[in-house]
Amino acid sequence: MYSEDELLFRNFQQLKSYKLDDEKSSTTTSREQQKTETSVEKCFDRFEELQSSHPRLTQFFRLEHQYYLDAMLRRLPSNYECLDSSRPWCVYWILQAAQLLSFNFEDETLDRVVQFLSKCQAPTGGFGGGPGQFAHLAPTYAAVNSLCIIGTKNAYRAINRPTLVQFLFSVRQPDGSFRLHVDGETDVRGAYCAISCAKLLNLPGLVMKELFTGTGDWIAKCQTYEGGFGGAPELEAHGGYTFCGIAGLALLNEAHKCNLKALLHWTLLRQMSYEGGFQGRTNKLVDGCYSFWVGASIPITQATLSGVDKEMEHTLFDVEALQEYILICCQKQNGGLIDKPGKPQDLYHTCYTLSGVSIAQHSESASCPQVLGDTINELLPTHPLFNIPPKSVAAAISHFNNSNDTDFASTSDSTRRGESEQDS
Amino acid sequence: MGDSSDDEYLGMEWIPYSERPEWSDVAPLPQDDGPNPVVSIAYSQKFREVFDYMRAIIACGEKSQRALDLTTDALRLNPANYTVWQYRRDILRELKADLNVELNYLSEVIGQNSKNYQVWHHRRVIVEMLNDASNELELTENALINDGDAKNYHAWQHRQWAIRTFNLYDAELSFVDRLIGEDQRNNSAWNQRFFVIKHYGFSPNLVDQELIYAMNRIRIIKNNESAWNYLVGVIRQSKYGYGLLNNHPAVVEFAEELYQAGNRSPYLMAFLIDLYQEQALQQDISDREQKARKVYGLCDDMSNKHDVIRRKYWQYVANHLKDQLNKSSEQAMA
Repeated sequence: MYSEDELLFRNFQQLKSYKLDDEKSSTTTSREQQKTETSVEKCFDRFEELQSSHPRLTQFFRLEHQYYLDAMLRRLPSNYECLDSSRPWCVYWILQAAQLLSFNFEDETLDRVVQFLSKCQAPTGGFGGGPGQFAHLAPTYAAVNSLCIIGTKNAYRAINRPTLVQFLFSVRQPDGSFRLHVDGETDVRGAYCAISCAKLLNLPGLVMKELFTGTGDWIAKCQTYEGGFGGAPELEAHGGYTFCGIAGLALLNEAHKCNLKALLHWTLLRQMSYEGGFQGRTNKLVDGCYSFWVGASIPITQATLSGVDKEMEHTLFDVEALQEYILICCQKQNGGLIDKPGKPQDLYHTCYTLSGVSIAQHSESASCPQVLGDTINELLPTHPLFNIPPKSVAAAISHFNNSNDTDFASTSDSTRRGESEQDS
Repeated sequence: MGDSSDDEYLGMEWIPYSERPEWSDVAPLPQDDGPNPVVSIAYSQKFREVFDYMRAIIACGEKSQRALDLTTDALRLNPANYTVWQYRRDILRELKADLNVELNYLSEVIGQNSKNYQVWHHRRVIVEMLNDASNELELTENALINDGDAKNYHAWQHRQWAIRTFNLYDAELSFVDRLIGEDQRNNSAWNQRFFVIKHYGFSPNLVDQELIYAMNRIRIIKNNESAWNYLVGVIRQSKYGYGLLNNHPAVVEFAEELYQAGNRSPYLMAFLIDLYQEQALQQDISDREQKARKVYGLCDDMSNKHDVIRRKYWQYVANHLKDQLNKSSEQAMA
């Protein structure tokens, strides 16, 4: 079922009045912004000129993106050496982007993914960035999400829940915040990754309580005077950390601890009037990846407000303009998606641009997706709190509900003793 | 994604570890990707070899000068490898190494990788161990000013940590003022200003001073969201004035004058919408209607002309106010 009103591309000529007026005070920020607007304008102009003769321009290049993801799952080029400590992330970005495009890998390939991720699991619990690397919350999140997307018994079984819980306790700080790894940095990514994994693995209530006492208050302290969240208290509001903050709070049912109205205002202000995509911080440039980080924060914030407020049924950001930016400005002819025109494609941007488009299409209504351009552009939905398919979330939670693979209470007791020894 | 083949940078020809006599006692340990790996990276020969030796050293737990040098090579190839950084710290502790040497090394590494989590975290741990932050303001100043990215998140984070931990607030306001002077749209600098002012506490004098500061900046660039957010942020966060826009008449006057002079910056209009909304909800029934109508009119202008991309939001704001006023008049009737 489709919306009665067809979604329309904006009028690109009228739009030009929304380009930045630097008020005769040119600064580094305004020059960068104008440079970006010029490159976006070229994409819009070209689209306008060729749209009628080249219907392909209103489409996602599904085949090319699939081919790109398929090739990357096998082998990454040597410029991915800098992501040698983020290989479970590469897996997750590929699986999530592929599922959004309804592209299914063969069972045998998925078995290989499960085997590989098992190699990344650390003896101390949790997953590292590659085989033999120490456990780290970010690749742990990526591995757990990947295994839940795969969703086979084999995949679930690959996760060692008892040691994972030990790992979570080992990075928990007395104030409820989380280090990313033992001896590592502390920021709101840590809290979100820990909460997300704990929820998907359906950890018992007592363990949840012990793991996340104080966490919601700590996250709330990361909200800034602008309304968004920074990586830690006092830091600048930022799209990525804002997602971690509000998704973390929502998963803990503690969203009321932050100022939701201010948050909603800030997230909506991140959508760029001319480009249509989102920026990550005030006065920064549009970047395709914030389509998800900010795009998903908006329906999450609205959902947490809607208890208070009945008028929150409709997504308040411009879902057409966001899809337009990704469709027209962020696709590579040979597959993969990008940050902004002129940048090379990579897995991270491919995942989060498409995830953002999915949010834009599906956050308005479950039965009636809002799809811009060709009808083949419809992507599958994603769960805004976890960024994996909603059915994968339900299946994982249900699977782990029935698994009684450990005595968690004793695990957490021993770790708590360790923690209080450190304190004294 | 940086280029890892930086032999030139090393300033000497690269000799593979397998050809170095002092390493002949170590058997390289290949990565165990399993029989059917996925996301296999096409490592360069050098990358593969250095990490094979690195794995061997970590596996046997050797903490020596040569192990330290090996981490240097490995981290040059992949500065994001947190396992190697952590092992490097273990070596430094074990050897009781001169941490000032480590600081110099890090200044160089940060200069080349200023957008990397691990290098900044390592710096922080070393500074903590030395309990000496005397170089941190200069280091972050270099990253923010000389390296050309005045919005580098990691650099600001490190700077805030050093200032907070070692009480280095004294000259920070003038540093921030300089950066705002260079680029008034630099939101990171405004955020840092807020950080400093919050530390001093929002006394009435300080709040008034900051409101004047922000208004003076807005007079120069009216459509600057950073300055508007700061202005509203200071009012909302300070107890003085109960966080209400309406309790700061100088700011109200400033905004209304801008509007009357014909300015239609969306940030100005959003401020006025906030202000009239606040007034409509606070004042007697007699003034309510008039203030509410102003809100509805401004929301319409935003939706149709000045902030079209957020039209659904501005319609929501107007409808929400209508509902609130209806509810409160129903309550008054009851």
